[in-house]
Amino acid sequence: MPLTVRGVRIDDTFAEAFGMRATAVIITADSLHWARQAALSMTGFATSVIGCGCEAGIDHELTGKQTPDGRPGVRVLLFAVSTAELQKQLQTRVAQCLLTSPSSACYAGINGEETLRLGNALRYFGDGWQISKRFGEKHFWRIPVMDGEFVCEATTGLTKQAVGGGNLLILGRTPQTTRAAAEAAVAAIRKVPDVIAPFPGGVVRSGSKVGSKYKGVPASTNEAYCPTLRGAVRTALDSETKSVLEIVVDGLTAETVASAMRAGISAIIKLGPRRGATRISAGNYGGKLGPHHYYLRELLP
Amino acid sequence: MRPLILTLRGRLDHRLDLSLLVPHTLAGKTVRQIERMELQTSHHPITLGDVFRVRAGDIKQIHIQGDCDRFDYVGQEMNSGELLVEGNVGIQAGRLMSGGRLTVLGNTGPWAASGMKSGVLEIRGAAGDRLGGPLAGEITGMRGGIVIVRGSVGERAGDRMRRGTIIIEGQAGRYAGSRMIAGTLIVRRSAGPLAGFLLKRGTIVLGECYSALSPTFMDCGEHELIAMRWLSAMVRPYSKAAAVLLQRPFTRFAGDMAVLGKGEILVGNRN
Repeated sequence: MPLTVRGVRIDDTFAEAFGMRATAVIITADSLHWARQAALSMTGFATSVIGCGCEAGIDHELTGKQTPDGRPGVRVLLFAVSTAELQKQLQTRVAQCLLTSPSSACYAGINGEETLRLGNALRYFGDGWQISKRFGEKHFWRIPVMDGEFVCEATTGLTKQAVGGGNLLILGRTPQTTRAAAEAAVAAIRKVPDVIAPFPGGVVRSGSKVGSKYKGVPASTNEAYCPTLRGAVRTALDSETKSVLEIVVDGLTAETVASAMRAGISAIIKLGPRRGATRISAGNYGGKLGPHHYYLRELLP
Repeated sequence: MRPLILTLRGRLDHRLDLSLLVPHTLAGKTVRQIERMELQTSHHPITLGDVFRVRAGDIKQIHIQGDCDRFDYVGQEMNSGELLVEGNVGIQAGRLMSGGRLTVLGNTGPWAASGMKSGVLEIRGAAGDRLGGPLAGEITGMRGGIVIVRGSVGERAGDRMRRGTIIIEGQAGRYAGSRMIAGTLIVRRSAGPLAGFLLKRGTIVLGECYSALSPTFMDCGEHELIAMRWLSAMVRPYSKAAAVLLQRPFTRFAGDMAVLGKGEILVGNRN
């Protein structure tokens, strides 16, 4: 039985999410601009594990007082379906996007039960001129590069408690108001620590279902939520819905995903149906695939 | 809980091996048993109770009250807890330490922190020659841990150091960081002649450089090194003076080219 809160209908359903492997790194640079630039490169083409190998995004920005070397920085989270894939993605992205970015340095962003190789994998770029530095339990590498040195911590942590695929479906009367609701939700989600919304601007318009009529295609458009197909397929939309957007949330723990979804729902309700969304739903696979179920009614403000 | 306190009864007329006075060897012993422990010294047998008055307390925290540079091997092979000496000590303080914290409020003799593997050794006064260095016949000196000397040190500080960090807030004598294999030696003020002699790898930081470096060190120019900013944050809890030094730009000398040449001497410049 759907609820209505301040004019926004909340479907009596749940988001189905999956366990993932995750890691975090802190990127610093001489300015926040260059730290963000490196982070944006590193998290580019990392919207979905289906096609990108990992999901990645900026968790939050850091002041000089919060970083290991006293410079401004950002914390980046990466999620993947296996430890091996996460290691591969981390190594490739740090090598191609951070090592190459002017004035950047890279440090562990999480203390995990296991570790992933960071500087330990990149040090060979130094061709024998790399310098190892240890202090207590900390270990980092100094790799000479053309603007000085790339400083990179030897390892970073890995967590197996991460959850990926928490989601909200945002339904509205027009594309503009639906987008406004999604933007408000993403802004609220970005304030929650330890989570990312990996799609462009945090929003995805091409929600998918598993499989396809075509052989070898793992995912295809979710026609039940496509407004232009409303009369032609078994639709999930009501007559007033003209646009649907989805927000996917990955978090380092199940609790952080719940917090992010709660913040997103709260922001959408606060915006109201006239300026934002008329309805909130969530995507699931009947509860048979993912162990984490986030019921919308339990996440209401 | 109060620490276990040992108070020196009087002036010693011979050297004393205090390597037994570490938390893990005293664990589970009563005051009576501790007083009966035999100390290695000259051919005259002597017990701990003959030398110290013992006041019961937490064995994980040991305070030695009394000033004697004849206390040798203080904190040797210590692996946990805290040991504080309220005066000077003799040779090889903190040798082969693998954990815990040893604090000497006075001076130490030669070979303090020799072969140290982990833990923290703080010397509030001065340290003798070969701080962290190996004994004769040993291949490596210090292998880990942190040593802080508030005063100055003698010759060959950090000799053959393999890993770890030595912070000297005063001056260092000749051949500071000689034959270093790796690790970090920070001298807040100046070092004597030929710092980094036969340095293979590792970093020597000098706050001032009035003495000659070996001609086998190559000037690589002045740089602001991010790694030193990171190191500055790490050493700040142990030495604010060293942390301030590490914030400076440095002239980097690569060497010693007479050997492997993968080490560096960083000489601090004023901003």
